[in-house]
This record gives sequence, structure tokens and C-alpha cells, in this order.
Amino acid sequence: MLKNRTIAWSLLTPSAAWLILFFVLPMIGMLILSLRPDMRGGPFQLGWLPTVKHYQNIITGEVYLPLLWLSIKVAFGVAMAATLLAYPLAYFLVFHAGRRSSFLLTLAILPFWTSYLLRIIAWKTMLGSNGLVNNLLIYLGLVEEPVRILLYSRLAVIVTLVYVWLPFVALPIFASLHRINPSFLEAAAILGASPWRSFFKVTLPLSLPGVIAGFFMVFIPTVGEYITPMLVGGTRSTLYGNIIELYFGDGANWPLGSAMSVVMLAGVLLLALVISRLVDLRRLVG
Amino acid sequence: MQKRGAPFFAGYYILLLFALYLPIGILFLFSLNDGVVFAFPLKGLTTHWYRDMLRNAELLQAGMNSLQVAVASSLAATSLATTSAIALLRFQFKGKSPFIALALVPLLVPYIILGAALLVLFAILGVERSLWTVAVAHTIVSLPYALLVIMARMVGFDKHLEEAAQDLGATYVYTLRRVILPLIAPAILAAWLVAFTVSFDEFILASFLIGRRPTLPVYLLSQLRFANRFPQVIALTVLVMLASLSLVLLAQWLQRRGSAIPESDRSGQFARVPGFEDLAFQGEGSSEPHE
Repeated sequence: MLKNRTIAWSLLTPSAAWLILFFVLPMIGMLILSLRPDMRGGPFQLGWLPTVKHYQNIITGEVYLPLLWLSIKVAFGVAMAATLLAYPLAYFLVFHAGRRSSFLLTLAILPFWTSYLLRIIAWKTMLGSNGLVNNLLIYLGLVEEPVRILLYSRLAVIVTLVYVWLPFVALPIFASLHRINPSFLEAAAILGASPWRSFFKVTLPLSLPGVIAGFFMVFIPTVGEYITPMLVGGTRSTLYGNIIELYFGDGANWPLGSAMSVVMLAGVLLLALVISRLVDLRRLVG
Repeated sequence: MQKRGAPFFAGYYILLLFALYLPIGILFLFSLNDGVVFAFPLKGLTTHWYRDMLRNAELLQAGMNSLQVAVASSLAATSLATTSAIALLRFQFKGKSPFIALALVPLLVPYIILGAALLVLFAILGVERSLWTVAVAHTIVSLPYALLVIMARMVGFDKHLEEAAQDLGATYVYTLRRVILPLIAPAILAAWLVAFTVSFDEFILASFLIGRRPTLPVYLLSQLRFANRFPQVIALTVLVMLASLSLVLLAQWLQRRGSAIPESDRSGQFARVPGFEDLAFQGEGSSEPHE
């Protein structure tokens, strides 16, 4: 370790300045804007009196909080489903795939590197009334008419998002499983633990950091999701993110949109904090 | 090692792989389908969407715009990540953990919020929205990934090489140029490729911060309304997809080639590229500098 502070800070200052200017400042700006009554006078206007009316509006209104809760539930469900589906995949690659695990992992991850919008549109195509799923159902004789609720429903939103994120979640789970020392598992077996017992007592607890990381890698982007509801969800599947997008776009109510963003971000960070604490506790016990 | 249930897991893998590739395969089919409606049954085989695409100036321009944003933002993010990684791992000074927290926190912020916040900032600063404002936003989200990739590599090589160079009388700048940078070059390239692909495909930040010239994803969404033009857009994205797949494979290859980790332990290298769980959730309690 070198102790030359001048060199250290001259190496670090550009990044720090960049992050403060384009990450910290905008966040503070948004916080301030959320206290502004309205946008009269444009963004430069000074001399307005701070108000918490937008927060009051969000908390007492009948739309915002229930919608935020719905977004959180959808994100939770999507993240949970993606994690549960990705876990056996990662487990297979680490414990059963042998030398080919790296290649097989890459093969499973590749779909993630194709256009995000395009993968959503692909599901729109598949779930549509002439789409593949309906064709298949009719061909199998399970239904006679195309099922219309497949597209433009909340279920469509959830299925699409699970599809979109699944490969990505496999990465941190794979990494954490890969790091488990095989001799722990041998020790468990020698001491007479059944495979299930050694999974629940050794493998799972040791892989939890990867599971939690994977969960949040899906949860965080999904809470703010607005494209998928727009493309495959139809009008009844509007989420909290759609309203934020509306207020910053055509609806042009930046102060209320900012307040909504602040509330959502606070919720996300709080949840991340709570879950990371819970898991620490469980690791102490386990 | 647990070997029981191997056929079950192999079956699961194959099923999942099928499910993951099916929608992409279907889009590929439609890019070769002689019809504008996205429905089965398919009409006939054609390549005319690809030919039309090559003549669609607007579409190609959108592709060029995306390229411009991705090159600019990935170069900026990688340079910032390289200098930061060297400072963080080779120097002793106060303020390391706050900096790491600051650099990684963007991973915890949904893009929609970052996009809206930057929209507000640029409005207050009076900066007109353009491809540059999009590129700035992309540097913020790709910096954490680039930093993690480069730091993972730097942890892996022998610090004594630098100390030896300095003991032999090399100045710090000379050591940097002749020892450190060549050693971490593969990681820098891998980080750049990750940053590039993140930017090229990014839609949410772009849709908030874009000016008059659209990036490819923004253009793609705007064309969804025009059924007769859409197959061309799909055709272009299929090509882009193939290009980005080769970039990812290249990044992976570089990462492994430049790895200091023994052969036997290399299979986990790619998975470790984002290195997310190593750093992002440690020190959770201290990682909310804003708010």
C-alpha cells in the first residue's frame, strides 16, 4: 500500500466529482423539487415556499400508495420466481455440469444480452391471440377460441419480467455456489447428513449472499418498471412507475413525480436494508 | 459432491434453455417472414426486411446514434473506473468506503428515478437534452460494473511487481504505464465491453434524456405503431444481437485469458465478472449517501 495521498486523490477526484455532479446532485435536486408547490415560472424560478402537499397527496390519496404496494408485490413475486427458477440452474451448473459448466452458463446467459425491448416484444407476440401459446392450446384441443386474457393482463407482465431477468439472477447464485468449499459437503456426508439435510444446512446458507444479490438485481429494476406493463400489460395493469413516467412526460407534474420517486426510493432502500439484516441474523443462527 | 438427481437437473437445464431461446427464435423467424403481421401461421421465407433495413436511413441513423452514445459513455466509465480502482486498491487514504458506497449505490436506484432526477438536473442547469445527456446517464450506471470488473482483476495479481519496479527506481507514472496498465489491460477491455453493451441496449434513461435524435431502443419503440416498418427494426436488432453476443463472448474470453487464477478454478470467472454480491451488499447500512 502506497501512502502518497496526492497521487491517490488525483486518481480518485475525477470519478468522485463525476458521481457528485451527475448522481448526488440530481438526487438532491429531485428531493428539493418534490417540496415545490408547482412548476409555475419554470425550473429556474426561485422564491417559492416549500410544501409537503405532494407527500400528503401521495399518502392520503387513494391511488398512489396502493399502486406502490402493487408494484412492490409484483416486483417481489417476479424476483422470487426468477430466483427460485435460477437456483436449480446454477446448482446444476456448479455441481453436475463438471468441466463444461462455464460454457453451459454462458449459453444460459446469452439471451440476457439480447435487446431488452425486443425480448418483451417477443412475449407480446407469443401471448397474442394469434400467438404461439394460443396456437398451441388450440392445437392440443385445450381451448376452442384464442384465450384473450393471455395478453394485456398482470400475469402477462409477471411472466414476461421473469423471463427477462431469469438469466441474470443465475450469475450471482452461480458465483456463490461455486465458492463453496467441497470439503464442507464431504464433511457433512461423512458425518451422516442426508443429501437434503446437507443442502439445507450447508449449501443453502452458504449460497444465500448470492441469492439475496440476485433477488435485488431483479427487485430494484422491477419496482420502477413501466415499459412491460405498457407493452404487454394493457390499461388495467398500470404500475407505480407508469404514473411517475406520466408526470415527467406528458402529464408534466414534476414536483409530484419527484415526491413519488422519493417515496419509492425510500421504500426500496428500506426493504434492501431490512432483508440484508434478516439474512445476517439467519446466518448467525445457521 | 452430490451426484444424485443429475438427470433431473440436466432435464431442467435443457427445458429452461428451450424456454429462454424460444421467444428469441420466434423473433428471428419473423425477421425472415414474408408478412407484416406478427402472427402464425408464417407466410414465406424472405430476406427483404434485411434489404429494406439497409436502405432505411432513419433506422441506420438511430443505430449510429446508439453507437455514438455507447462509445462515449463506455470510454468515460472505463477511464473513471480504472483510475478509481488503482487508487482504491493501491493506496492508503481515508474516505475509501464512502467512495465505494457512492460508486456502487447507483446499482440500488431504479433507472426511472435516476432518469427523472437527471432530467430535473439538466433542466435546472439549462442543458438541452441530447445524445450527450443520455451518455452521461449511462456512465453513472455502467461505472459500478466497470469498477467491479477491474477491481476483481487487480485483487488477483501480485502487488510485489509494482513494488519491485519502484524499488528499482521507476517513478510512479512509469510504473503505472509499464507495469500496472499492461497487467490490467484485459480487465479494462472486458469492463469497456460490459459498459458498451449496457449502454447500447439501455432504454429507460435514454427515453427520459433523449433530445431530437433517438437511440436505437427509443426508435425501436416508436416504430411499434407502424406494422409495415417493424420487421425491418426486428431485422436490425437481430443483427445487433449477434454483434453484442460476439462482444460478450470476447469479453469473457479476455477475462479468462488475463486471469491470474489457476486453471482449475477458472470456471467461475465469468460468473464473477459483475462481482455484485461481493461488494454491493456489504456495508449495506452505510450505503445511502443521498436521502
